[in-house]
Amino acid sequence: MLNIWHKIQQSLSLGSAQGFTGGIVHGNQYKITAGHPIVACALPELFIHPIKQHIGEPCEPIVEVGERVLRGQMIAKPQGYLSVPVHASTSGTVTCIEEHTIPHPSGLGMISIHIKPDGMDETDESLHPLPNYRSVDATELRERVRDAGVAGLGGAVFPTFIKLVQDQQNQIDTVLLNGIECEPWLTCDHQLMLEKAHEIISGLDIILHMVEADKGIIVIEDNKLDAADVMKQTLSDMGLTDSIYVQVLPTRYPQGGERQLIQAVTGKEVPAGGLPLHMGVLSLNVGTSKAVYDAVCLGEPLTERIITVSGDAVPKPANMSVRLGTSMHFLLKQCGVEHFDGIKIMHGGPMMGELLNQDDVPVVKGSNGILAMNQQTIMRAHHQEEPCIRCGDCGDVCPAGLMPNLLAAHCKENQFERAEDYSLFDCIECGACSYVCPSHIPLVHYFRYGKGQVAQIQREKTFAEESRQRSEKRDARLAKELADKEEKRRVAKAKKEARAKALAEKEAAEKVVVDKDNVEQPDVEQTDKPEVKVDEKPAEDKA
Amino acid sequence: MIFLSSPHQHGGNSIQLTMFSVIIALIPAAMVSVYLYGWLAVFLLTTCIGVSLATEFFALKWMGKETDRVWDGSAGLTGLLLALILPAAVPWWMAVFAAVFAIVLGKQLYGGLGHNPFNPALAARVVLLISFPLHMTSWIVPMHMDASLDMYSFITSLKFFFLGPDAVQQTWDAITMASPLGYLKTELGQGVTVTEALVNYHYSTLHAFIGREAGSLGEGSALALLMGGVWLMARHTISWHIPISYLLTMAVLAGLFNLINPDVYAPPMFHLLAGGLILCAFFMATDPVSSPSSGIGKIVFGIGCGILTWVIRTFGNYPEGAMFAVVLMNMATPLIDYYVRPRVYGHKRGKQS
Repeated sequence: MLNIWHKIQQSLSLGSAQGFTGGIVHGNQYKITAGHPIVACALPELFIHPIKQHIGEPCEPIVEVGERVLRGQMIAKPQGYLSVPVHASTSGTVTCIEEHTIPHPSGLGMISIHIKPDGMDETDESLHPLPNYRSVDATELRERVRDAGVAGLGGAVFPTFIKLVQDQQNQIDTVLLNGIECEPWLTCDHQLMLEKAHEIISGLDIILHMVEADKGIIVIEDNKLDAADVMKQTLSDMGLTDSIYVQVLPTRYPQGGERQLIQAVTGKEVPAGGLPLHMGVLSLNVGTSKAVYDAVCLGEPLTERIITVSGDAVPKPANMSVRLGTSMHFLLKQCGVEHFDGIKIMHGGPMMGELLNQDDVPVVKGSNGILAMNQQTIMRAHHQEEPCIRCGDCGDVCPAGLMPNLLAAHCKENQFERAEDYSLFDCIECGACSYVCPSHIPLVHYFRYGKGQVAQIQREKTFAEESRQRSEKRDARLAKELADKEEKRRVAKAKKEARAKALAEKEAAEKVVVDKDNVEQPDVEQTDKPEVKVDEKPAEDKA
Repeated sequence: MIFLSSPHQHGGNSIQLTMFSVIIALIPAAMVSVYLYGWLAVFLLTTCIGVSLATEFFALKWMGKETDRVWDGSAGLTGLLLALILPAAVPWWMAVFAAVFAIVLGKQLYGGLGHNPFNPALAARVVLLISFPLHMTSWIVPMHMDASLDMYSFITSLKFFFLGPDAVQQTWDAITMASPLGYLKTELGQGVTVTEALVNYHYSTLHAFIGREAGSLGEGSALALLMGGVWLMARHTISWHIPISYLLTMAVLAGLFNLINPDVYAPPMFHLLAGGLILCAFFMATDPVSSPSSGIGKIVFGIGCGILTWVIRTFGNYPEGAMFAVVLMNMATPLIDYYVRPRVYGHKRGKQS
């Protein structure tokens, strides 16, 4: 009965304390690697480290070609505030620093540091462990998290240290650890929670200490009840049950989205244009929490992560612990993929992940899943678009409460003002609408197109505005120069005339002297006039 | 190299699946119509569906579109729905005209599937009702009520369908009767109270529910329609918003006025089970193309349909208002979609963007 009431509330988009608006349920049949223990991936023959693996400014390489580096050694230093460093994943020699393809659907490249491992796997120990983190100042811990290169491992790769801040105006009281993992196929967070519960919880404890929050919630969906049990057990073993507890939520996509998670747990929405911080909430992925623990308690920078390698073209799917910079080709070969023809590689989950056109692409900090799918499977999902029958299923599942069918129609017709009126920029691109669309309309594709076009129009507007201002300034400057020239010319002319008059006067006076006898009234008047003009001249000079 | 945008997985729903689900949901009602009107129902169903499919095929071919679209189920569904809202007394040429009208003027002229402002079957029904009021308001006595027209006989039904009542030595008056709604309307006009009229008609709520009253083919059994409708709601092919809000509005309005003056205003149960209300609420108003997209818009739409149906039935010239109500609300759909939108996450209601 309660369930029905929740459903009614959700379909009325009223929201409820135990869930978020909209959403879809995937079957568990895709999570084929659930319960597969984490296995370590072998060392490849070459590591490729792109200099930007986070959201923000790219790093600057600080190693030379031919230099020997150690595992965990910083090889590229952050530039600007929104940036975290990149570290070497093993010991070896820098072979070159040049552009290499990154995991992006465009197939674009980025400056990357290539390291040839020497097989010794020696570790750089410049970051000393801080096991007694409670006695360490939050600022120092924050520096440590940055130096270790930690960024959000759920896939968004936002530099973590920026979130771990104490704000006077917005005191964080709750830290949410996101163990939702709502993408089908992916199980890396699930397995991490099963195997590294202690590290995850310690990481959360460090974070609670850093932001001076008093409540930590580990949120897990009910298709991972074993992970929830392990977490609860570990919490009571560690004696942290007072400050941290586990909350189990019904499985629904996209519950792992930050804003949806906050709505599901607190029943409140993050206001438009606001941040979770403004609600006193901080949310981090469980993997990030473990990375924070490694950075602080073990002094280990982020050089490896857990990745689900799966998909219907992978003979031996697995949850693997992979060094960053390992090529996806190498990784898939480890899982038994022999022939790369006729398969498509997906970076991330199928709902929000990207299809890659190459397999020679390195694993980066944001890689939570590498899925190899048969071409036919992918093409079935991308069925030919049919006319919209306006069924509204897309709106029913939209977690943002949009009307995707109308929004997509406006984007398609290039009516971007209309699209913005239908809240184009509130779309989180979760893909739930496209997933349920009976007409196979690629709605998210149209939204991305719309957003791109609006941004382009905005750029053009700004550019036009700047050009207009520049040209106005130039016109004003030229006008002023012209006016100044005119002025000078006029002044010079006036001076010249005055001089000429003075001369004439002098001559006249001399004449008067000569013709003293013929003095007449008009002559006196004439001599008066130049005098007046001479008087005017200094006044003009001042002006 | 083609660029494919996420998501790369699909839930498996399709237009075909949606349309065929609705068709399956209508099978009980179609079977009841065959029980009530024998071969006449079979002829009407096959004519409407066949002509709809053929018209769709030629329309697509003529416009240079893929003719495979014929099998997406939408034209077949239109034909089936059309047959179910026609009276059994309709001759063959009227059924053909209605089916052609529904596909050509009701749908393809606007650009085909997804672009029609009205429910095609209902639009055709309304045109027939206005053009041929005699045929459209003559209800053949169903088979179980000692009908003088033997519709279980193939030959008799065939003759009647193609040649009219004269060919089977019958007159309109002998083979037809009034529907409960029509009877009530006439009697109320003559100053009879609702209760007396219903007693005179031998009206029984139970009979109306399981399907023993005269009416259009598919209107007979509320039970059969509800079975299909509830199944569709359970599979999420249609959402609950429109049927529930539509029926609730009707019940509340009828109940309220029935309380005020039971002599003039019929009771809610009568309204709910009479005429095409259930069929309209579950299968016509929920047509995705011509109804609003959002849940909240659908509720507004359902309430509008409810009010209009009751008003037309109570104060209008026509005894039945459900079809008109849905067609009128179809016109309001773009307006509803524009003004009634769901609240966007993180925004306050009414203040978006």
